[in-house]
Amino acid sequence: MSDLLAARSQMAISLAFHILFAVVGIGMPCLMVAAEWRWSRTGDPVYLELAKRWAKGTAILFAVGAVSGTVLSFELGLLWPEFMRFAGPIIGMPFSLEGFAFFTEAIFLGIYLYGWGRISRRAHLLAGLLVALSGMLSGIFVVTANAWMNAPAGFTVVDGKPTGIDPIAGMLNSAALEQTLHMTLAAYAATGFAVAAIHAWFLRRAPESGFHRRAFAIGLLVAAPAAILQPLSGDLSARYLARHQPVKLAAAEALFETRTHAPLTLGGWPDREARTTRFAIEIPSGLSLLAYHDPAAEVKGLDTVPPSDWPNVPLVHLSFQAMVGLGTYLALVSLWVVWLALRRRDPVGHPWLLRAVIVGGPCGMLAIEAGWMLTELGRQPWTIYGVLRTAEAVTPMPGLIYPFLAITLLYCLLGVVVAWLLYSQIVTNPPATAEYA
Amino acid sequence: MPEITLATILAGTVVVALNAYVVLAGADFGGGVWDLLATGPRSGKQRDLVAHAIGPVWEANHVWLILAIVLLFTCFPAGFAELAITLHIPLFLMLVGIVLRGSAFSFRSYDREHDVRQEYWGRIFAVASVVTPVLLGVAVGTVAAGRVGVPRSGDFATDFLRPWLTPFAWSIGLYTLLLFAFLAAVYLTLETDDSALQEDFRARALVSGVLLFVAALVTLGLSGSAPLIRTGLLAVPGAVPLHLTTGIAAVTALVSLWKRRYRLARAAAIVQVSAILWGWALAQYPYLLPPHLSIGDAAAPAVTLRLTLGALVVGAGVLIPSLVYLFRIFKR
Repeated sequence: MSDLLAARSQMAISLAFHILFAVVGIGMPCLMVAAEWRWSRTGDPVYLELAKRWAKGTAILFAVGAVSGTVLSFELGLLWPEFMRFAGPIIGMPFSLEGFAFFTEAIFLGIYLYGWGRISRRAHLLAGLLVALSGMLSGIFVVTANAWMNAPAGFTVVDGKPTGIDPIAGMLNSAALEQTLHMTLAAYAATGFAVAAIHAWFLRRAPESGFHRRAFAIGLLVAAPAAILQPLSGDLSARYLARHQPVKLAAAEALFETRTHAPLTLGGWPDREARTTRFAIEIPSGLSLLAYHDPAAEVKGLDTVPPSDWPNVPLVHLSFQAMVGLGTYLALVSLWVVWLALRRRDPVGHPWLLRAVIVGGPCGMLAIEAGWMLTELGRQPWTIYGVLRTAEAVTPMPGLIYPFLAITLLYCLLGVVVAWLLYSQIVTNPPATAEYA
Repeated sequence: MPEITLATILAGTVVVALNAYVVLAGADFGGGVWDLLATGPRSGKQRDLVAHAIGPVWEANHVWLILAIVLLFTCFPAGFAELAITLHIPLFLMLVGIVLRGSAFSFRSYDREHDVRQEYWGRIFAVASVVTPVLLGVAVGTVAAGRVGVPRSGDFATDFLRPWLTPFAWSIGLYTLLLFAFLAAVYLTLETDDSALQEDFRARALVSGVLLFVAALVTLGLSGSAPLIRTGLLAVPGAVPLHLTTGIAAVTALVSLWKRRYRLARAAAIVQVSAILWGWALAQYPYLLPPHLSIGDAAAPAVTLRLTLGALVVGAGVLIPSLVYLFRIFKR
């Protein structure tokens, strides 16, 4: 394994691990606050129990998220010092703001977790709200910095160095809105579905459990609107890519040649050498319609750049298909839930809906992983799109396979421990059987 | 005194963030040291007190490090790049320590009931709390010794091992560990009403405080490898009053511990540790990475510095009241 590949793999593992916890840090506070708010309005102790139990899980996940985020902030330099030398002054703004948002989140989470009974109910609820708000903001700021790597702005390159730096223009880059919207919705949809799925699992055996019913409802209340809006946000992103990052869209859709009436390619395996996608279903003019809302529109293909500047087409295509497929599934299940709710039917009474939600549990998180693979792999071979190549950004330090293996091992162990801890918190200690059945 | 430029002010804010990290998170690491060294009939109670003291605040305290890093790479990108290249190995190991410390602490707090597993998490938490500060100190010591920012030779050992594998760097590492342990012990005297437990931590604070003097002498003895710092510590105008402050604060801390005036001891310890940190920063002036890269040469364009300063002012407006509220609820 070359040092460059090791560095990229280490970054990939670090991101893939951290994003799960970051997403939970954005989504879970909303659920906790919703439960606590219901408790303050109804006085129903089940809601209080729910808020406390979710807070416990959030504490574990947030701690791992905070330290794995620290790892990433250092890795930007440890692995990509030349990227930071170039980009630091331009995208430091969103990172600085993220620092403060994250600070606020950590402070009020501490108050929320340890403050039960120490501060007034209203102050406690407010602390939870601030955690939810600052969690969302810190996600938005970090994704803004990532968006800049896709849509670099706020500088001109002279002799390989950035000049005329404008950090505000860097922050307001053209990809920021699409990307932050997509990621924020994804965080709510994925967390809400994961929680709803866990409680749906219990509802299959104990459909009358008030605890699980309330938890299931709050989970879907957060997840369903986000999951239904997500395809619209995805449409914005695809149209953005068609105009500003055509190579990424071409790789995602395995479109080798620039053409009008470009088809939408479902599934299949792209063959770089033969420049075709085998075993795929093609929907005529589908891609032109999606990218430009016009079946005759010309869509740029991979042939617009030399093959040496292509990303890994099969992986990008696969990631894109996975993301869209999983996201569509969640949107459909959400529509089903909304339809039942509008007709005042009890969703818990539908075993197939419960099953569908259980299947949806991991889907949101998997869609997020696939989406980040699309974003990051699709940008290659560039770290800063069109400006700085990944190979130019990497550290001169040799032997990078060792830190890569170390971090992989560490995160695998941590992942197992966290999963097992949450399992033992929720499954071997179910409140539904005794107290609230 | 240093010339007041935009770059110097921003470099100062990095030191402020580091200062807050050392005074607050440093004590959280120090708590882990006393968890590891918990002895006697009250060892269980000692460990519980440490956990109780750091539980609500450690995550917020940890963010000061992230803030320092972000300020460094935004305002001094060249310095950050050189640090990250030369200190790749110790910084990576420090990160592993940070991950293990934080996760193990949280696992221990939320794993159910006291059992073998909890002890296991506790041990990981404690060992990681010892290792991490040493590596942080090693990184600082390597910078102070002028070993970061040297043009690379192409030889692995020369570029990536020898700079930080020096007696001086490791003496700073041990010094940092002692400093954190001392702070934690002083703070812990104020975290309990149990007078026996208070006495335990008073004794620990006194011992580590005295050891700190010894370690300072050893470090000074080894500082031949950091000539710039050695002269800087004495020659820079303003340095002498700062050292005087350190000395007075250190003596005040020990005397008030002896007299069981814990609030005064805590205030003096904070002044002492802060003065040590600023003494180092001042001795380095005007360099970010002595003697290779000055603050001015490492600085980002003025527009970035101005905007970051603006963000800091606005951010502080949110941050400071929030922090005051946090500490008011959980600390006395």
